[in-house]
Amino acid sequence: MGSGVLAFAEQRNGELKKTAFEVTGLAKRLAGELGGEAMVVVIGSGVEGLAGELASRGAQKVIVVDQPELESYSTEGYAAALKIAIEKVDPAAVVLSATAMGKDLGPRVAAELKASLASDVTDVQVDGGTLTVKRPVYSGKAIATLKFTSALPMISVRPTVFTAPEPSSGEAPVEKLTVADLSIRAVVKEVQQSKGDQVELTEASVVVSGGRGLKGPEHWGMIEELADVLGAALGASRAVVDAGWRPHSEQVGQTGKIVSPKLYFAIGISGMIQHLAGMSTSETIVAINKDADAPIHKVATYSIIGDAFEIVPRLIEELKKG
Amino acid sequence: MKFVVCIKRVPNTETRIKIAADGKSIDPTGVQFIPSPYDEFAVEEAIRQKEKAGDGEVIVVCLGPAEATGEIRKCLAMGADKAIHLKDDSTYRDPASTATILAAAIQGLSPDMIFFGKSAADHANSQVGVQVAALLGLPSISEIVSLEVEAGKATAHREIEGGSEVVQTSLPAVFTAQKGLNEPRLPALKGIMAAKKKPIEEVAFEDAPQGCELVQLELPPARAEGKVVGEGADAVPALVKLLREEAKVI
Ligand SMILES: Cc1cc2nc3c(=O)[nH]c(=O)nc-3n(C[C@H](O)[C@H](O)[C@H](O)COP(=O)(O)OP(=O)(O)OC[C@H]3O[C@@H](n4cnc5c(N)ncnc54)[C@H](O)[C@@H]3O)c2cc1C
Ligand SMILES: Nc1ncnc2c1ncn2[C@@H]1O[C@H](COP(=O)(O)O)[C@@H](O)[C@H]1O
Repeated sequence: MGSGVLAFAEQRNGELKKTAFEVTGLAKRLAGELGGEAMVVVIGSGVEGLAGELASRGAQKVIVVDQPELESYSTEGYAAALKIAIEKVDPAAVVLSATAMGKDLGPRVAAELKASLASDVTDVQVDGGTLTVKRPVYSGKAIATLKFTSALPMISVRPTVFTAPEPSSGEAPVEKLTVADLSIRAVVKEVQQSKGDQVELTEASVVVSGGRGLKGPEHWGMIEELADVLGAALGASRAVVDAGWRPHSEQVGQTGKIVSPKLYFAIGISGMIQHLAGMSTSETIVAINKDADAPIHKVATYSIIGDAFEIVPRLIEELKKG
Repeated sequence: MKFVVCIKRVPNTETRIKIAADGKSIDPTGVQFIPSPYDEFAVEEAIRQKEKAGDGEVIVVCLGPAEATGEIRKCLAMGADKAIHLKDDSTYRDPASTATILAAAIQGLSPDMIFFGKSAADHANSQVGVQVAALLGLPSISEIVSLEVEAGKATAHREIEGGSEVVQTSLPAVFTAQKGLNEPRLPALKGIMAAKKKPIEEVAFEDAPQGCELVQLELPPARAEGKVVGEGADAVPALVKLLREEAKVI
């Protein structure tokens, strides 16, 4: 039985993701409750410099696995690196984010270490030294509570649900590890960036989503402007994705992305159960819909009943007033 | 070429969920079951890859209750050749245990490509495919939206935040299917008839330990009663005020 909690800090292109700080914060909290240190591992090539930033967010020890073969993500490479970090520090628990990387990495490491992984977790409690987690199941229509019985509990948390600590002064010792005999069969040949400076949907604190009520792709100008004013990411219902108005990467729901922002706008979206599956854990939900009986109003914190083509421009105007 | 597809029987995603008396499972009364939606992408891809390869065999593997033969037959009707049914009546089995049992069943089949859904529509663990790959010591590419096989190598696109990764692997390998990979075919009448004669082999399995105990299943907490701020554009100033001062989110 190990001690302390190890968080996996995700970086891409030498930059830490916001989720890296979320798991650092969670590791700090859990280490406080379980005993031991909050440890963070960062994997990549030329990433040693990121240790300071992790320390400033609460890491008490930083493990760096830094070698050229780990420049871009690969399941086998990163799994081998995370494994040696776990074996080295022998933590009581491991936390990652349920991002594209975390969802791919976590299960591989869990299986190789015969650990137990609970994924896409939205709540973690320590109860008599045992970890208990909650996770949405059945498309968000139920919540499962799981208690770990495994010697090595691993948790991947839903992005944006756990708060990232603010940076402060802090230093942490750095330990460097390397993986001998890396053999990577599934190799990332290329990473294609879809768009430049857009806010990433699953990590955004504000999301503005549009649905079929917007009548056509040519009307997305105002949706984009609203998102711009709010610094929000763009989302969409499946109806508009299926119609080819918006890319699938923007789809929110059971067969799209799961988001949990502080503020979610559903504009011209009816709020069918499959859409709700992707956004019902948002903190504040605003519905703009001309139908007072649309199901979206049942989950909305605030609703305006009416025509989006009148309401959205006015909203942009009001928000710009500051 | 040999292709394996793992499919799970799950409640139809439109079904209302009622919690059973044990507080740990769903009440199955009146619930319609289906092959998990992402698994249909997996089945379709296995069939397409077999068609492209020109010959081979698609084997469906399902760990689930006796009733799952319905879902298995549906996959056979789509065009899979035969199935292995690991009969299991447990209402909850964690991903590690499931993966261990599936890996043991797949091992002896020596497939070239193994397909999974990216996540099952019930507990949505998004783990089993990648865990099976690890247990079999195979490479994997998860959440793929495209797949090309050429000269013994597979190349796939997988979606990541803000873009996609192009990943290439040697075979044998494991793939988990994301929406967009293909358009699953509807079984034709001929397929449905043929499926009735296709073999479903029942195979016994050794139980595998779980690392998590499901202690409770509950309905999500009801959201606080919302309010209708008003009608039309005139309600906008009030909304902005609420967002600033009450919800404090902007
Ligand atoms: C297996 C499965 C998976 C699915 N997965 C998803 C998923 O991941 N995500 C998803 O979103 N859906 C999903 N769906 C589809 C879902 O059931 C709905 O069909 C879809 O969400 C509807 O999209 P919508 O709300 O944009 O369109 P509609 O249901 O057509 O609603 C349009 C809304 O716009 C309103 N409106 C019209 N004009 C205006 C106006 N001028 N101003 C304001 N409001 C207006 C209308 O009152 C209406 O409420 C799935 C379905 C299935 C079966
Ligand atoms: N009991 C099962 N029998 C067969 N395949 C399964 C089973 N459970 C999960 N799978 C497969 O693993 C995928 C991911 O499941 P999960 O990790 O539970 O979300 C599913 O889409 C199926 O392809």
